[in-house]
Amino acid sequence: MTRKQRRLTMIGCALAVLAFAAGLVLYALRDSIVFFSTPSMAAEQHIAPGKRFRLGGLVQPGSLVCGGSQVSFEVADGSAKLPVTYKGILPDLFREGQGVVAEGALDGSGTFRADTVLAKHDENYMPKDVADALKKQGHWKDDYDKKVAQNVKGANCAHGG
Amino acid sequence: MIAEAGHYALVLALGLALIQSFVPLLGARWGDPALMNVARSTALAQFLFVAASFAALVTLHVTSDFSVVNVFENSHSLKPLIYKFTGVWGNHEGSMLLWVLILALFGGLVAAFGNNLPLSLRAHVLAVQAWIAGAFYLFILITSNPFLRIPNPPIEGRDLNPVLQDIGLAVHPPMLYLGYVGFSISFSFAIAALMEGRIDAAWARWVRPWTLMAWIFLTLGIAMGSYWAYYELGWGGWWFWDPVENASLMPWLAGTALLHSALVMEKRNALKVWTILLSILTFSLSLLGTFLVRSGVLTSVHAFASDPTRGVFILLILCVFIGGSLSLFAGRASQLKQGGLFAPISREGALVLNNLFLTTACATVFIGTLYPLALEVLTGDKISVGAPFFNLTFGPLFVPLMIAVPFGPMLAWKRGDLYGAAQRLLAAGIAALIAMAVAWAWARGGSALAPLAIGLAIFVIAGAIADLVERIGLFRNPFAISFRRARGLPRSVWGSALAHAGVGLALIGIVCETTWNSEYIGTMKPNDLIPFAGYQLKLDNLSQRQGPNYREMVAAFSVSLDGEKLSVMTPSKRNFTTRGGASTTEAALLTRGVSQLYISLGDSTADGGVTVRIYHKPLVLLIWYGPVLMAFGGMLSLSDRRLRVGAPKPARGLRGLQAAE
Repeated sequence: MTRKQRRLTMIGCALAVLAFAAGLVLYALRDSIVFFSTPSMAAEQHIAPGKRFRLGGLVQPGSLVCGGSQVSFEVADGSAKLPVTYKGILPDLFREGQGVVAEGALDGSGTFRADTVLAKHDENYMPKDVADALKKQGHWKDDYDKKVAQNVKGANCAHGG
Repeated sequence: MIAEAGHYALVLALGLALIQSFVPLLGARWGDPALMNVARSTALAQFLFVAASFAALVTLHVTSDFSVVNVFENSHSLKPLIYKFTGVWGNHEGSMLLWVLILALFGGLVAAFGNNLPLSLRAHVLAVQAWIAGAFYLFILITSNPFLRIPNPPIEGRDLNPVLQDIGLAVHPPMLYLGYVGFSISFSFAIAALMEGRIDAAWARWVRPWTLMAWIFLTLGIAMGSYWAYYELGWGGWWFWDPVENASLMPWLAGTALLHSALVMEKRNALKVWTILLSILTFSLSLLGTFLVRSGVLTSVHAFASDPTRGVFILLILCVFIGGSLSLFAGRASQLKQGGLFAPISREGALVLNNLFLTTACATVFIGTLYPLALEVLTGDKISVGAPFFNLTFGPLFVPLMIAVPFGPMLAWKRGDLYGAAQRLLAAGIAALIAMAVAWAWARGGSALAPLAIGLAIFVIAGAIADLVERIGLFRNPFAISFRRARGLPRSVWGSALAHAGVGLALIGIVCETTWNSEYIGTMKPNDLIPFAGYQLKLDNLSQRQGPNYREMVAAFSVSLDGEKLSVMTPSKRNFTTRGGASTTEAALLTRGVSQLYISLGDSTADGGVTVRIYHKPLVLLIWYGPVLMAFGGMLSLSDRRLRVGAPKPARGLRGLQAAE
């Protein structure tokens, strides 16, 4: 092989791998990304049952029902609410009145069945999608903050702890 | 007083960095050794001053001086001493100070141990180090000063985030930073080479140990972080494809590629331009990681836009260093002479393939991490790119790479014999097929791909063993001769075999854990008994306990196997009195071989029970033993005397043994 041929072989290989990777990335970006939605966005868009998405908002105070490992609660964003069921253990930071992101899909009856619940916040951090959505609707840092301040420790599923 | 002293020391370090940024360069231009040697003193002094500054912050934290904002926000007088200490870098300001401390440490190391470097190369390298250091000192002093005081000091601090009150914080960030920042050395060497317009095999000889050292720390740091997340977050996940994790994975992938391409450059004087580019890219990805984690851009694009000082400052550093170095590269790269011809089927060819796949895999992680950010900035759409994306892109790219790994060391430099290598790997291939068949027969449920992946992993491990067997001529020679040959084998050969085997080991763990992991979630009351994954678990009792700065609910489970009691597991749930009653889950782990039983607690129920989450994770520990083995292989390689610049040449007689190299 001449030097040129060798170089062409290598460049050919490299391009083949890159094309393969680009194909994978494009395919994966179309099929395996998950969109984020708030309850009111979900209502507007009429998301089909079974289509996975991330639901974000605040846990509606007073809506949490704990039944052992099966829990249900409502996610609200100020203008709409969506009931959520989840089987599993809620994260440590899960509280009523606090931000939450759940991943799953709607079932036939319009209940959101979550398979993952994230409550990744501390006192000065809220999931970014939730914060942005609330800001957009003008609920940021006003009534919700006060509500949370009123019942400082929103209920979670803990008893006698 | 201490805070002010620490602040002042940091300002002095900045001053020294400014001197170090240009005086040695002038010296190199004028050929003045005295001026070039200034870099050595300033680099050492810089390290001393940053260390003093860091010591000051440690003192403030340990003595709980709440008149300092940083201590007030992240400490509490009741916090155990070890967490007062590690809490120093459990926050933004402190972790940036740790960052520059390690940067100054590396600069100091080059100054102290770089005596055999050509004077002008050392001057250039240290000057580039000083540019980086100077930029980050400025960043800390202007936007993230950890020494700011509060006018009316409070009596008590707000405590450290409970999740961070763990021994993992003591080890993970320093390790990770030693890796991240360690790549600054190869970056500085690359820039120095471009500025001098001169690069040769000796350059790669100097760069490789530094890269290897950074790589070892980064490997251990990532593995440590993953294990920490596994046991601390309470749901048994060990990798989430979270942007913060990807930020450390990208430099690791690029650094691994760099390690291999530097090898080609050192041995064969080829791939020079590519190696320089990789050095630049690796450190650029480290900077990008720092930006992603430290600017707050991940928390919220909007939070970033509304308080932009920090983010914009790091973004500026990022643009200047990456843009500057890439333009320098574009301008100068053509001057570097190419050398060392090789056929596509050769050791060099195999290493090029390795680089190709690693950098492409790195690029897919890059896209998956930054695409959501870009999309949100451009269109406002919010998406999350999670595990499915990475499994679909990263996985298929790693399969051919793993198949190629055992072939690489079997091929000769310049022109290899693929058929011969395949013959020598026959045993490894058969082992892989047997492993596949066994996994297939044993597997109950799970993906059909899992046995294939296990076969692949066994192929990599058996291939590494086959390489060693081949080199020492085991089974072909009497055992005594093989043993002598094994002792005479260069440590770097052992190192690369162990590192490759480590990759296979980690893959087995990953596949087994994700495929055959079993889970139980339910409510248990005291004296409840459940059978799980062959074990019997009985909840003995629930009790309350008071810790130094928390209260915890502890559950005691007796675990038995076939009627025989194995152990008592005590997971707990801690409630911290500070931080608005934040709570953490302390999982209990029972290790059996390399598999683990994992129990974490949920909330207690009204009728005196508790929700529990129990996992059985088969072979899960291999996920972390793999990287540990890789790092150990790296250390063996690092201790190879042939890697040391200026080490005496081995005697002629030994040469024959290294012919295979």
